[in-house]
Amino acid sequence: MEPTPTNSPVIEFRDVVYLLPDGQTLLRDLNLQVQRGETLVLLGRSGSGKTTTLKLVNRLLSPSCGEVRVNGAPTADSDVIRLRRSIGYVIQDVGLFPHFTVERNIGLVPRIEGWPADRIHLRVEELLRMVGLDEKIASRYPHQLSGGQRQRVGVARALAADPSILLMDEPFGALDALTRDQLQREFLSLQQRLNKTVVFVTHDLREALRLGSRIALMESGQLVTVLPPQEFLRSTDPLAAAYVQAFGEGLNSVATRGTE
Amino acid sequence: MNVIHFFAQHHQEILELTLEHLWLVGISTLLAVLIGIPLGILSAHWPVWNKPVLGTANIVQTIPSLALFGFLLPVPWIGARADRLAILALTLYALLPVIRNTYTGIRGVDPAVVEAGRGMGLTGRQLLFQVELPMAVSVILSGIRVAVVVSVGLATIAAAIGAGGLGEFIFRGLAMVNNQLILAGAIPAAVLALSADFGLGWLERRLQPR
Repeated sequence: MEPTPTNSPVIEFRDVVYLLPDGQTLLRDLNLQVQRGETLVLLGRSGSGKTTTLKLVNRLLSPSCGEVRVNGAPTADSDVIRLRRSIGYVIQDVGLFPHFTVERNIGLVPRIEGWPADRIHLRVEELLRMVGLDEKIASRYPHQLSGGQRQRVGVARALAADPSILLMDEPFGALDALTRDQLQREFLSLQQRLNKTVVFVTHDLREALRLGSRIALMESGQLVTVLPPQEFLRSTDPLAAAYVQAFGEGLNSVATRGTE
Repeated sequence: MNVIHFFAQHHQEILELTLEHLWLVGISTLLAVLIGIPLGILSAHWPVWNKPVLGTANIVQTIPSLALFGFLLPVPWIGARADRLAILALTLYALLPVIRNTYTGIRGVDPAVVEAGRGMGLTGRQLLFQVELPMAVSVILSGIRVAVVVSVGLATIAAAIGAGGLGEFIFRGLAMVNNQLILAGAIPAAVLALSADFGLGWLERRLQPR
């Protein structure tokens, strides 16, 4: 199923500025829209403001100026707990609860949302299959899993209450190349089926080209350009060109989307 | 031989004073836990409270125990009965390790786990009770363990103000220059301290997060 972009963006940044208490500017005049069903990749080096941008969506951070809208409503006006539960969140360090089994980790949001136990159980099994894990893993603790398995559990946990938006902060950054490749492939097929609105942070151009329907390039707290992967490769923007240069040959074959 | 004989003869009194000792230590530890854990959480979550809370607990710790008993003597209600006074003093001494370890335990929770929890939409209370406290529990317990072991020793001094406990034997023995009497107080106190240390240490390892 192709994404069906509607006119109203799912996530919208309007003139967003984010300052640290000491006055340092982490983000300036950000204007950005994320459409329903797309995977928007925030690409940039560390300190470019991509993680800050991501955290503004689920209000782990609040903008100093401007506003962030999710599903048309300013996040500042919405109930922050409800907002966060309606948005899946995956981070590089996974952040699985070490004292909970895999099943409890995945089922945590459904449980605090008051789902009946049998429904949670079924949902956990469904999610484990969805992310390519054996159901037997449900009773294990995070420290008994490999890095790749942990990250899959992290993704399953983020999907537990079926949020329409998924925020992913370098989820595959700490994995070995083979596992990363596999998870990227699975992400694509999962995204084809689930059609979530995804904001994905990475510093890896290859990953951005492969997973993104659009790439938002960031540098020193500013949005440089937003382009579909194929156009990104042809971009004359000096920074985009520098990225393409740095990552070298063979990028064309990675960029599967964006020719439309 | 003499000591064993003495113990056999006075086992009734030894048992009574041991129970009294346990009561002093138990009540004061309970109070220290009830007060110390919330204060530890407070200073871990709101750094403004960190210095005043830990600083005060630290200062209390430096007051010599006999002096503290003396200071508290004129306090109304508390000073009226020796056991109240002893319990208050022991509670004050037990606070520092409990507060400090609660603080350390909560601050030591992996920030990624806390961030994931917040990002998932856990409320502050859910985060505290389902994530932070369970993950800090073994560190908090080790603070309680230190508090108990120190209290068992300190509680012997409470006999100086007439609060009872195993210190009775020790002070009596000192006054009468009778080693058997001193040992009748010191040995059970040592056994209490060691078994509390061992028992709580075992519990601590059981609850260690993986």
